[in-house]
Amino acid sequence: MRVYADNAATTKMSRTAIDAMLPYLETHYGNPSSLYSIGQEAAEALLAARETVAGCLGCEPREITFTSGGSEADNQAIMTAAAIGARNGKKHIISTAFEHHAVLHTLNKLARQGYDITLLDVHENGIVTPEQVAEAIREDTCLVTIMYANNEIGSIQPIPEIGKVCREKGVLFHTDAVQAAGHLAIDVKAQNIDMLSLSGHKFHGPKGVGALYCRKGIPLTNLIEGGAQERGKRAGTENVAGIVSMAAALKEACDNLDETAPRVAAMRDRLIDGLLQIPHSVLNGDRTSRLPGNVNICFEGIEGESLLLMLDDEGVCASSGSACTSGSLDPSHVLLAIGRPHEIAHGSLRLSLCDTNTDEEIDHILEVVPKVVTHLRGFSPVWRDLESGKREHLI
Amino acid sequence: MALYSDKVMDHFRNPRNVGTIENADGVGEVGNAKCGDIMTMYLKIDDDVITDVKFETFGCGSAIASSSMATEMIKGKPVSEALTVTNKAVAEALDGLPAHKMHCSVLAEEAIKAALKDYYDKNGIAYDPELFPGESCAHCEH
Repeated sequence: MRVYADNAATTKMSRTAIDAMLPYLETHYGNPSSLYSIGQEAAEALLAARETVAGCLGCEPREITFTSGGSEADNQAIMTAAAIGARNGKKHIISTAFEHHAVLHTLNKLARQGYDITLLDVHENGIVTPEQVAEAIREDTCLVTIMYANNEIGSIQPIPEIGKVCREKGVLFHTDAVQAAGHLAIDVKAQNIDMLSLSGHKFHGPKGVGALYCRKGIPLTNLIEGGAQERGKRAGTENVAGIVSMAAALKEACDNLDETAPRVAAMRDRLIDGLLQIPHSVLNGDRTSRLPGNVNICFEGIEGESLLLMLDDEGVCASSGSACTSGSLDPSHVLLAIGRPHEIAHGSLRLSLCDTNTDEEIDHILEVVPKVVTHLRGFSPVWRDLESGKREHLI
Repeated sequence: MALYSDKVMDHFRNPRNVGTIENADGVGEVGNAKCGDIMTMYLKIDDDVITDVKFETFGCGSAIASSSMATEMIKGKPVSEALTVTNKAVAEALDGLPAHKMHCSVLAEEAIKAALKDYYDKNGIAYDPELFPGESCAHCEH
Protein backbone atom coordinates (compact mmCIF):
# COMPACT_ATOMS: atom_id res chain seq x y z
CA MET A 1 0.00 0.00 0.00
CA ARG A 2 1.25 3.46 -0.89
CA VAL A 3 -0.01 6.24 1.39
CA TYR A 4 0.67 9.86 0.58
CA ALA A 5 0.55 11.67 3.92
CA ASP A 6 2.59 14.77 3.14
CA ASN A 7 -0.15 17.07 1.89
CA ALA A 8 1.27 20.03 3.80
CA ALA A 9 4.33 19.76 1.53
CA THR A 10 2.26 19.57 -1.60
CA THR A 11 -0.91 17.95 -2.88
CA LYS A 12 -1.85 15.89 -5.88
CA MET A 13 -3.68 18.04 -8.42
CA SER A 14 -7.40 17.36 -8.57
CA ARG A 15 -9.10 16.29 -11.80
CA THR A 16 -11.00 19.59 -11.68
CA ALA A 17 -7.77 21.57 -11.50
CA ILE A 18 -6.14 19.64 -14.34
CA ASP A 19 -9.22 19.88 -16.56
CA ALA A 20 -9.47 23.62 -15.89
CA MET A 21 -5.85 24.10 -16.94
CA LEU A 22 -5.68 22.12 -20.17
CA PRO A 23 -7.63 24.45 -22.50
CA TYR A 24 -5.23 27.27 -21.62
CA LEU A 25 -2.28 25.14 -22.61
CA GLU A 26 -3.78 23.63 -25.75
CA THR A 27 -6.27 26.09 -27.24
CA HIS A 28 -6.52 29.44 -25.45
CA TYR A 29 -2.77 29.82 -25.17
CA GLY A 30 -2.70 33.49 -26.11
CA ASN A 31 -1.05 36.24 -24.12
CA PRO A 32 -3.76 38.05 -22.13
CA SER A 33 -2.18 41.35 -23.15
CA SER A 34 -2.76 40.64 -26.87
CA LEU A 35 -5.82 42.04 -28.56
CA TYR A 36 -6.71 39.14 -30.88
CA SER A 37 -9.25 36.60 -29.77
CA ILE A 38 -7.08 33.88 -28.26
CA GLY A 39 -5.34 36.57 -26.23
CA GLN A 40 -8.63 38.03 -25.08
CA GLU A 41 -9.95 34.58 -24.21
CA ALA A 42 -7.00 34.24 -21.89
CA ALA A 43 -7.67 37.72 -20.47
CA GLU A 44 -11.29 36.75 -19.78
CA ALA A 45 -10.16 33.56 -18.07
CA LEU A 46 -7.87 35.61 -15.85
CA LEU A 47 -10.74 37.90 -14.97
CA ALA A 48 -12.96 34.98 -14.09
CA ALA A 49 -10.21 33.34 -12.02
CA ARG A 50 -9.72 36.58 -10.10
CA GLU A 51 -13.44 36.73 -9.37
CA THR A 52 -13.42 33.12 -8.21
CA VAL A 53 -10.48 33.59 -5.85
CA ALA A 54 -11.97 36.83 -4.52
CA GLY A 55 -15.26 35.02 -3.94
CA CYS A 56 -13.49 32.34 -1.90
CA LEU A 57 -11.83 34.95 0.31
CA GLY A 58 -14.69 37.42 0.60
CA CYS A 59 -12.95 40.32 -1.13
CA GLU A 60 -13.15 42.22 -4.40
CA PRO A 61 -11.43 40.86 -7.53
CA ARG A 62 -9.20 43.94 -7.80
CA GLU A 63 -7.82 43.14 -4.35
CA ILE A 64 -6.26 39.92 -5.70
CA THR A 65 -2.77 39.89 -7.22
CA PHE A 66 -1.54 36.65 -8.72
CA THR A 67 2.01 35.65 -7.86
CA SER A 68 4.39 32.75 -8.41
CA GLY A 69 3.35 31.22 -5.09
CA GLY A 70 3.06 31.70 -1.36
CA SER A 71 6.66 32.80 -0.85
CA GLU A 72 6.39 35.64 -3.36
CA ALA A 73 3.08 36.74 -1.86
CA ASP A 74 4.63 36.77 1.64
CA ASN A 75 7.62 38.74 0.40
CA GLN A 76 5.49 41.28 -1.40
CA ALA A 77 3.10 41.78 1.51
CA ILE A 78 5.91 42.36 3.99
CA MET A 79 7.94 44.62 1.71
CA THR A 80 4.78 46.60 0.98
CA ALA A 81 4.06 47.23 4.66
CA ALA A 82 7.73 47.99 5.31
CA ALA A 83 7.78 50.58 2.54
CA ILE A 84 4.62 52.25 3.83
CA GLY A 85 6.08 52.17 7.33
CA ALA A 86 9.33 53.75 6.20
CA ARG A 87 7.44 56.61 4.55
CA ASN A 88 5.75 57.28 7.91
CA GLY A 89 8.83 56.80 10.04
CA LYS A 90 7.52 53.49 11.39
CA LYS A 91 9.98 50.63 11.27
CA HIS A 92 8.77 48.12 13.81
CA ILE A 93 7.28 44.76 12.73
CA ILE A 94 5.61 42.13 14.89
CA SER A 95 5.60 38.47 13.94
CA THR A 96 6.08 35.08 15.60
CA ALA A 97 9.05 32.80 16.10
CA PHE A 98 7.49 29.96 14.08
CA GLU A 99 6.59 31.63 10.81
CA HIS A 100 7.51 30.08 7.47
CA HIS A 101 10.98 31.03 6.26
CA ALA A 102 9.39 33.08 3.46
CA VAL A 103 8.32 35.44 6.25
CA LEU A 104 11.22 35.02 8.69
CA HIS A 105 13.95 35.48 6.09
CA THR A 106 12.21 38.56 4.67
CA LEU A 107 12.05 39.97 8.21
CA ASN A 108 15.75 39.17 8.67
CA LYS A 109 16.49 41.16 5.55
CA LEU A 110 14.50 44.10 6.91
CA ALA A 111 16.28 43.81 10.27
CA ARG A 112 19.58 44.28 8.43
CA GLN A 113 18.05 47.40 6.87
CA GLY A 114 17.34 48.87 10.29
CA TYR A 115 13.83 47.60 11.02
CA ASP A 116 13.09 46.43 14.54
CA ILE A 117 11.50 42.98 14.57
CA THR A 118 9.58 41.53 17.52
CA LEU A 119 8.95 37.78 17.35
CA LEU A 120 6.17 36.77 19.72
CA ASP A 121 6.34 33.60 21.78
CA VAL A 122 3.96 30.92 20.51
CA HIS A 123 3.72 28.91 23.76
CA GLU A 124 3.80 25.14 24.03
CA ASN A 125 0.51 24.77 22.15
CA GLY A 126 1.77 26.81 19.20
CA ILE A 127 -0.75 29.62 19.55
CA VAL A 128 -0.15 33.33 19.93
CA THR A 129 -2.81 35.42 21.67
CA PRO A 130 -4.41 38.72 20.59
CA GLU A 131 -3.35 40.12 23.98
CA GLN A 132 0.30 39.46 23.14
CA VAL A 133 -0.16 41.33 19.88
CA ALA A 134 -1.89 44.25 21.61
CA GLU A 135 0.93 44.51 24.14
CA ALA A 136 3.62 44.37 21.48
CA ILE A 137 2.18 47.08 19.23
CA ARG A 138 4.09 50.36 19.52
CA GLU A 139 3.74 53.84 18.07
CA ASP A 140 6.19 52.88 15.34
CA THR A 141 4.69 49.49 14.44
CA CYS A 142 3.99 49.26 10.71
CA LEU A 143 3.01 45.59 10.37
CA VAL A 144 1.80 42.55 12.24
CA THR A 145 2.39 39.37 10.22
CA ILE A 146 1.16 36.12 11.76
CA MET A 147 0.47 32.90 9.93
CA TYR A 148 -3.11 31.63 9.76
CA ALA A 149 -2.09 28.07 10.64
CA ASN A 150 1.35 26.62 11.17
CA ASN A 151 2.73 24.44 8.40
CA GLU A 152 4.48 21.97 10.68
CA ILE A 153 2.32 21.60 13.76
CA GLY A 154 -1.01 22.73 12.33
CA SER A 155 -2.00 25.11 15.14
CA ILE A 156 -4.58 27.66 14.02
CA GLN A 157 -4.09 31.22 15.23
CA PRO A 158 -6.92 33.49 16.50
CA ILE A 159 -6.79 35.46 13.26
CA PRO A 160 -10.07 37.46 13.50
CA GLU A 161 -9.18 38.59 17.04
CA ILE A 162 -5.62 39.52 16.10
CA GLY A 163 -6.99 41.35 13.06
CA LYS A 164 -9.38 43.27 15.31
CA VAL A 165 -6.53 44.38 17.59
CA CYS A 166 -4.53 45.55 14.58
CA ARG A 167 -7.51 47.34 13.04
CA GLU A 168 -8.19 49.17 16.32
CA LYS A 169 -4.59 50.24 16.62
CA GLY A 170 -4.33 51.19 12.95
CA VAL A 171 -1.60 48.70 12.13
CA LEU A 172 -1.51 46.65 8.92
CA PHE A 173 -2.15 42.95 9.42
CA HIS A 174 -0.84 40.29 7.05
CA THR A 175 -1.40 36.58 7.39
CA ASP A 176 0.40 33.77 5.61
CA ALA A 177 -2.57 31.53 4.90
CA VAL A 178 -0.72 29.03 2.73
CA GLN A 179 -1.77 26.10 4.92
CA ALA A 180 -5.22 27.46 5.65
CA ALA A 181 -6.65 28.44 2.26
CA GLY A 182 -8.92 25.71 0.99
CA HIS A 183 -8.79 23.98 4.37
CA LEU A 184 -10.43 26.54 6.67
CA ALA A 185 -13.19 29.08 6.04
CA ILE A 186 -11.60 32.43 5.30
CA ASP A 187 -13.36 35.77 5.05
CA VAL A 188 -10.84 38.58 4.91
CA LYS A 189 -13.39 41.32 5.61
CA ALA A 190 -15.07 39.62 8.58
CA GLN A 191 -11.67 38.50 9.90
CA ASN A 192 -10.06 41.97 9.71
CA ILE A 193 -7.25 40.85 7.40
CA ASP A 194 -5.42 43.50 5.36
CA MET A 195 -3.16 41.18 3.40
CA LEU A 196 -3.19 37.42 2.91
CA SER A 197 -0.96 34.99 1.02
CA LEU A 198 -1.97 31.67 -0.47
CA SER A 199 -0.40 29.02 -2.69
CA GLY A 200 -2.11 26.89 -5.33
CA HIS A 201 -0.44 23.55 -4.73
CA LYS A 202 -1.58 23.22 -1.13
CA PHE A 203 -5.21 22.60 -2.11
CA HIS A 204 -4.87 20.32 -5.15
CA GLY A 205 -3.95 23.13 -7.54
CA PRO A 206 -0.70 23.51 -9.48
CA LYS A 207 2.74 24.49 -8.19
CA GLY A 208 4.31 27.81 -9.14
CA VAL A 209 1.21 29.93 -8.66
CA GLY A 210 -0.24 31.78 -5.70
CA ALA A 211 -2.15 34.89 -4.80
CA LEU A 212 -1.86 37.92 -2.56
CA TYR A 213 -4.98 39.59 -1.25
CA CYS A 214 -4.25 43.23 -0.48
CA ARG A 215 -7.01 45.44 0.85
CA LYS A 216 -8.04 48.28 -1.46
CA GLY A 217 -6.15 51.46 -0.66
CA ILE A 218 -2.91 49.79 0.40
CA PRO A 219 -0.37 50.59 -2.33
CA LEU A 220 1.57 47.44 -3.20
CA THR A 221 5.34 47.59 -3.59
CA ASN A 222 6.61 45.79 -6.68
CA LEU A 223 9.08 42.98 -6.32
CA ILE A 224 9.25 42.45 -10.08
CA GLU A 225 9.43 45.44 -12.41
CA GLY A 226 8.37 45.28 -16.03
CA GLY A 227 5.07 45.22 -17.86
CA ALA A 228 1.71 46.43 -16.66
CA GLN A 229 0.31 43.03 -15.69
CA GLU A 230 -1.56 42.72 -12.38
CA ARG A 231 -2.41 46.45 -12.35
CA GLY A 232 1.29 47.18 -12.69
CA LYS A 233 2.09 45.56 -9.36
CA ARG A 234 3.54 42.29 -10.58
CA ALA A 235 5.19 42.30 -13.97
CA GLY A 236 5.53 39.28 -16.23
CA THR A 237 3.14 37.49 -18.57
CA GLU A 238 0.53 35.83 -16.41
CA ASN A 239 0.65 32.08 -15.75
CA VAL A 240 -2.83 31.81 -17.20
CA ALA A 241 -3.21 28.03 -17.09
CA GLY A 242 -1.84 27.91 -13.55
CA ILE A 243 -4.03 30.77 -12.34
CA VAL A 244 -7.19 29.31 -13.87
CA SER A 245 -6.38 25.92 -12.42
CA MET A 246 -5.62 27.33 -8.96
CA ALA A 247 -8.92 29.22 -8.95
CA ALA A 248 -10.82 26.06 -9.89
CA ALA A 249 -9.03 24.08 -7.18
CA LEU A 250 -9.69 26.74 -4.54
CA LYS A 251 -13.38 26.94 -5.43
CA GLU A 252 -13.71 23.17 -5.30
CA ALA A 253 -11.95 23.03 -1.92
CA CYS A 254 -14.05 25.85 -0.44
CA ASP A 255 -17.33 24.50 -1.84
CA ASN A 256 -16.68 21.10 -0.26
CA LEU A 257 -15.17 22.33 2.98
CA ASP A 258 -18.19 21.56 5.17
CA GLU A 259 -18.09 17.95 4.05
CA THR A 260 -14.34 17.34 3.80
CA ALA A 261 -13.03 19.14 6.90
CA PRO A 262 -14.91 17.01 9.48
CA ARG A 263 -14.10 13.81 7.58
CA VAL A 264 -10.39 14.64 7.38
CA ALA A 265 -10.38 15.76 11.03
CA ALA A 266 -11.87 12.41 12.07
CA MET A 267 -9.02 10.56 10.32
CA ARG A 268 -6.55 12.97 11.94
CA ASP A 269 -7.96 12.33 15.40
CA ARG A 270 -7.85 8.56 14.96
CA LEU A 271 -4.23 8.86 13.85
CA ILE A 272 -3.30 11.09 16.80
CA ASP A 273 -5.03 8.82 19.34
CA GLY A 274 -3.42 5.74 17.85
CA LEU A 275 0.09 7.12 17.62
CA LEU A 276 0.03 8.58 21.13
CA GLN A 277 -0.36 4.97 22.35
CA ILE A 278 3.34 4.63 21.54
CA PRO A 279 5.14 5.19 24.87
CA HIS A 280 7.11 8.41 25.27
CA SER A 281 5.49 10.25 22.41
CA VAL A 282 3.98 13.73 22.45
CA LEU A 283 1.67 15.68 20.15
CA ASN A 284 3.03 18.95 18.81
CA GLY A 285 0.57 21.80 18.37
CA ASP A 286 -2.79 22.47 19.95
CA ARG A 287 -5.10 19.47 20.01
CA THR A 288 -8.30 21.32 19.07
CA SER A 289 -7.34 24.54 17.30
CA ARG A 290 -5.69 22.48 14.60
CA LEU A 291 -5.73 22.07 10.84
CA PRO A 292 -8.05 19.18 9.90
CA GLY A 293 -5.24 17.21 8.27
CA ASN A 294 -2.26 17.85 10.53
CA VAL A 295 -0.62 15.26 12.78
CA ASN A 296 2.77 16.03 14.30
CA ILE A 297 4.24 13.80 16.98
CA CYS A 298 7.69 13.46 18.56
CA PHE A 299 8.96 10.02 19.53
CA GLU A 300 11.71 9.97 22.11
CA GLY A 301 14.94 8.08 21.40
CA ILE A 302 14.81 8.03 17.62
CA GLU A 303 15.81 10.33 14.80
CA GLY A 304 13.37 11.58 12.18
CA GLU A 305 15.20 10.93 8.95
CA SER A 306 15.71 7.23 9.64
CA LEU A 307 12.04 7.09 10.63
CA LEU A 308 11.04 8.61 7.27
CA LEU A 309 13.28 6.25 5.29
CA MET A 310 11.80 3.22 7.02
CA LEU A 311 8.27 4.56 6.51
CA ASP A 312 9.04 5.07 2.83
CA ASP A 313 9.94 1.37 2.66
CA GLU A 314 6.52 0.69 4.21
CA GLY A 315 4.84 2.85 1.58
CA VAL A 316 4.19 5.91 3.74
CA CYS A 317 5.28 9.38 2.54
CA ALA A 318 5.68 11.71 5.53
CA SER A 319 8.00 14.46 6.76
CA SER A 320 10.03 15.35 9.82
CA GLY A 321 11.54 18.35 11.53
CA SER A 322 14.84 16.66 12.28
CA ALA A 323 18.05 18.49 11.39
CA CYS A 324 18.97 15.76 8.93
CA THR A 325 15.83 16.39 6.90
CA SER A 326 15.97 20.17 7.12
CA GLY A 327 19.46 20.31 5.68
CA SER A 328 20.56 22.58 8.51
CA LEU A 329 22.39 21.95 11.76
CA ASP A 330 19.39 22.45 13.98
CA PRO A 331 16.05 20.71 14.07
CA SER A 332 12.89 22.56 13.04
CA HIS A 333 12.64 26.15 14.29
CA VAL A 334 8.94 25.52 14.84
CA LEU A 335 9.52 22.66 17.28
CA LEU A 336 12.20 24.68 19.07
CA ALA A 337 9.79 27.64 19.23
CA ILE A 338 7.20 25.56 21.12
CA GLY A 339 9.90 24.54 23.56
CA ARG A 340 10.80 21.05 22.42
CA PRO A 341 14.41 20.27 23.35
CA HIS A 342 16.74 19.49 20.44
CA GLU A 343 16.92 15.78 21.20
CA ILE A 344 13.13 15.51 21.15
CA ALA A 345 12.69 17.69 18.08
CA HIS A 346 15.00 15.37 16.10
CA GLY A 347 12.45 12.59 16.54
CA SER A 348 9.45 14.32 15.00
CA LEU A 349 7.03 12.94 12.44
CA ARG A 350 4.53 15.03 10.48
CA LEU A 351 1.68 13.28 8.70
CA SER A 352 -0.57 15.63 6.75
CA LEU A 353 -3.81 14.26 5.37
CA CYS A 354 -6.25 15.45 2.75
CA ASP A 355 -9.74 14.54 1.59
CA THR A 356 -8.53 11.71 -0.64
CA ASN A 357 -6.89 9.77 2.20
CA THR A 358 -8.91 6.78 3.38
CA ASP A 359 -9.60 4.90 6.60
CA GLU A 360 -7.66 1.94 5.20
CA GLU A 361 -4.65 4.20 4.79
CA ILE A 362 -4.96 5.36 8.39
CA ASP A 363 -5.05 1.69 9.44
CA HIS A 364 -1.86 1.09 7.48
CA ILE A 365 -0.06 4.05 9.07
CA LEU A 366 -1.20 2.93 12.52
CA GLU A 367 0.20 -0.51 11.80
CA VAL A 368 3.62 0.50 10.46
CA VAL A 369 4.62 3.53 12.57
CA PRO A 370 4.71 1.65 15.93
CA LYS A 371 6.65 -1.15 14.26
CA VAL A 372 9.24 1.22 12.81
CA VAL A 373 9.58 3.21 16.05
CA THR A 374 10.17 -0.02 18.00
CA HIS A 375 12.73 -1.20 15.43
CA LEU A 376 14.73 2.05 15.60
CA ARG A 377 14.52 2.27 19.37
CA GLY A 378 15.82 -1.32 19.46
CA PHE A 379 19.34 -0.21 18.58
CA SER A 380 19.30 3.40 19.74
CA PRO A 381 21.85 4.18 22.45
CA VAL A 382 19.65 7.09 23.53
CA TRP A 383 16.69 4.77 24.07
CA ARG A 384 18.92 2.28 25.91
CA ASP A 385 20.03 5.04 28.30
CA LEU A 386 16.44 6.20 28.77
CA GLU A 387 15.27 2.72 29.60
CA SER A 388 18.18 1.99 31.95
CA GLY A 389 17.61 5.26 33.78
CA LYS A 390 21.01 6.66 32.81
CA ARG A 391 19.17 9.38 30.90
CA GLU A 392 15.90 10.93 32.02
CA HIS A 393 12.77 10.70 29.90
CA LEU A 394 11.75 14.16 28.74
CA ILE A 395 8.37 13.12 27.34
CA MET B 1 18.16 10.15 -8.20
CA ALA B 2 17.84 8.64 -4.77
CA LEU B 3 19.26 10.43 -1.76
CA TYR B 4 21.49 7.47 -0.87
CA SER B 5 23.38 4.76 -2.75
CA ASP B 6 21.99 1.22 -2.82
CA LYS B 7 24.74 0.21 -0.46
CA VAL B 8 23.79 2.84 2.12
CA MET B 9 20.17 1.73 1.89
CA ASP B 10 21.18 -1.92 2.22
CA HIS B 11 23.16 -1.22 5.40
CA PHE B 12 20.38 1.01 6.69
CA ARG B 13 17.69 -1.60 6.06
CA ASN B 14 19.79 -4.56 7.19
CA PRO B 15 22.36 -3.19 9.58
CA ARG B 16 25.17 -5.64 10.33
CA ASN B 17 26.41 -6.34 13.85
CA VAL B 18 23.65 -4.55 15.69
CA GLY B 19 23.57 -4.86 19.45
CA THR B 20 25.80 -4.79 22.49
CA ILE B 21 28.58 -7.00 23.89
CA GLU B 22 28.53 -7.95 27.57
CA ASN B 23 31.90 -7.28 29.20
CA ALA B 24 33.27 -5.76 26.02
CA ASP B 25 37.01 -5.16 25.93
CA GLY B 26 36.48 -1.71 24.50
CA VAL B 27 33.44 0.57 24.33
CA GLY B 28 33.32 3.90 22.53
CA GLU B 29 30.42 6.34 22.41
CA VAL B 30 30.56 9.47 20.26
CA GLY B 31 28.15 12.16 19.15
CA ASN B 32 25.47 14.06 20.98
CA ALA B 33 21.72 13.61 21.13
CA LYS B 34 21.33 17.36 20.69
CA CYS B 35 23.08 17.11 17.31
CA GLY B 36 20.85 14.21 16.36
CA ASP B 37 23.38 11.38 16.26
CA ILE B 38 25.07 9.11 18.78
CA MET B 39 27.04 5.96 18.00
CA THR B 40 28.19 3.34 20.47
CA MET B 41 30.67 0.69 19.43
CA TYR B 42 31.50 -2.45 21.42
CA LEU B 43 34.64 -4.53 20.75
CA LYS B 44 35.72 -8.01 21.80
CA ILE B 45 39.48 -8.29 21.39
CA ASP B 46 41.63 -11.43 21.66
CA ASP B 47 45.39 -11.31 21.10
CA ASP B 48 45.09 -7.86 19.58
CA VAL B 49 42.52 -9.04 17.05
CA ILE B 50 38.94 -7.73 16.99
CA THR B 51 37.00 -10.97 17.23
CA ASP B 52 33.59 -9.41 17.61
CA VAL B 53 32.04 -5.97 17.19
CA LYS B 54 28.55 -4.59 17.78
CA PHE B 55 27.04 -1.15 17.47
CA GLU B 56 24.04 0.94 18.47
CA THR B 57 23.15 4.17 16.69
CA PHE B 58 20.68 6.99 17.19
CA GLY B 59 20.74 8.96 13.99
CA CYS B 60 19.81 9.36 10.38
CA GLY B 61 20.00 6.75 7.64
CA SER B 62 23.60 7.48 6.75
CA ALA B 63 24.66 7.40 10.42
CA ILE B 64 23.17 3.93 10.81
CA ALA B 65 24.69 2.74 7.51
CA SER B 66 28.11 4.24 8.36
CA SER B 67 28.27 2.50 11.72
CA SER B 68 27.14 -0.78 10.19
CA MET B 69 29.78 -0.56 7.45
CA ALA B 70 32.46 0.44 9.97
CA THR B 71 31.80 -2.70 12.03
CA GLU B 72 32.19 -4.87 8.94
CA MET B 73 35.47 -3.15 8.07
CA ILE B 74 37.09 -3.89 11.42
CA LYS B 75 35.64 -7.27 12.32
CA GLY B 76 38.39 -9.93 12.40
CA LYS B 77 41.08 -7.32 11.87
CA PRO B 78 44.10 -6.62 14.09
CA VAL B 79 43.74 -3.55 16.28
CA SER B 80 46.57 -1.84 14.40
CA GLU B 81 44.64 -2.20 11.16
CA ALA B 82 41.35 -1.00 12.65
CA LEU B 83 43.16 2.16 13.75
CA THR B 84 43.88 3.02 10.14
CA VAL B 85 40.23 3.00 9.04
CA THR B 86 39.34 6.51 7.95
CA ASN B 87 36.00 8.18 7.47
CA LYS B 88 36.76 8.42 3.75
CA ALA B 89 37.25 4.66 3.58
CA VAL B 90 33.88 4.12 5.30
CA ALA B 91 32.16 6.52 2.90
CA GLU B 92 33.84 4.91 -0.14
CA ALA B 93 32.82 1.45 1.01
CA LEU B 94 29.25 2.73 1.03
CA ASP B 95 29.66 3.95 -2.58
CA GLY B 96 29.72 7.52 -1.31
CA LEU B 97 27.63 9.74 0.95
CA PRO B 98 26.00 13.09 0.15
CA ALA B 99 28.36 15.95 1.05
CA HIS B 100 26.24 17.10 3.99
CA LYS B 101 26.25 13.55 5.37
CA MET B 102 30.01 13.05 5.42
CA HIS B 103 30.03 13.84 9.15
CA CYS B 104 28.25 10.50 9.69
CA SER B 105 31.34 8.68 8.40
CA VAL B 106 33.50 10.89 10.62
CA LEU B 107 31.42 9.79 13.56
CA ALA B 108 31.93 6.13 12.57
CA GLU B 109 35.72 6.58 12.47
CA GLU B 110 35.59 8.34 15.83
CA ALA B 111 33.48 5.55 17.33
CA ILE B 112 36.05 2.92 16.32
CA LYS B 113 38.87 5.03 17.75
CA ALA B 114 37.00 5.75 20.98
CA ALA B 115 36.39 2.03 21.51
CA LEU B 116 40.04 1.18 20.82
CA LYS B 117 41.24 3.91 23.16
CA ASP B 118 38.98 2.47 25.85
CA TYR B 119 40.55 -0.94 25.21
CA TYR B 120 44.08 0.51 25.56
CA ASP B 121 43.12 2.43 28.71
CA LYS B 122 41.45 -0.59 30.34
CA ASN B 123 44.48 -2.78 29.68
CA GLY B 124 47.14 -0.24 30.53
CA ILE B 125 48.58 -0.40 27.03
CA ALA B 126 50.75 2.58 26.17
CA TYR B 127 49.83 4.50 23.00
CA ASP B 128 50.61 7.64 21.12
CA PRO B 129 47.92 10.15 22.22
CA GLU B 130 48.04 11.65 18.73
CA LEU B 131 46.29 8.52 17.50
CA PHE B 132 43.19 9.77 19.32
CA PRO B 133 42.69 13.45 18.64
CA GLY B 134 39.30 13.22 20.31
CA GLU B 135 35.88 13.95 19.04
CA SER B 136 35.76 16.74 16.57
CA CYS B 137 32.02 17.45 16.67
CA ALA B 138 32.98 20.08 14.13
CA HIS B 139 29.84 19.39 12.17
CA CYS B 140 27.60 20.96 14.74
CA GLU B 141 27.69 23.78 17.21
CA HIS B 142 26.50 22.01 20.32
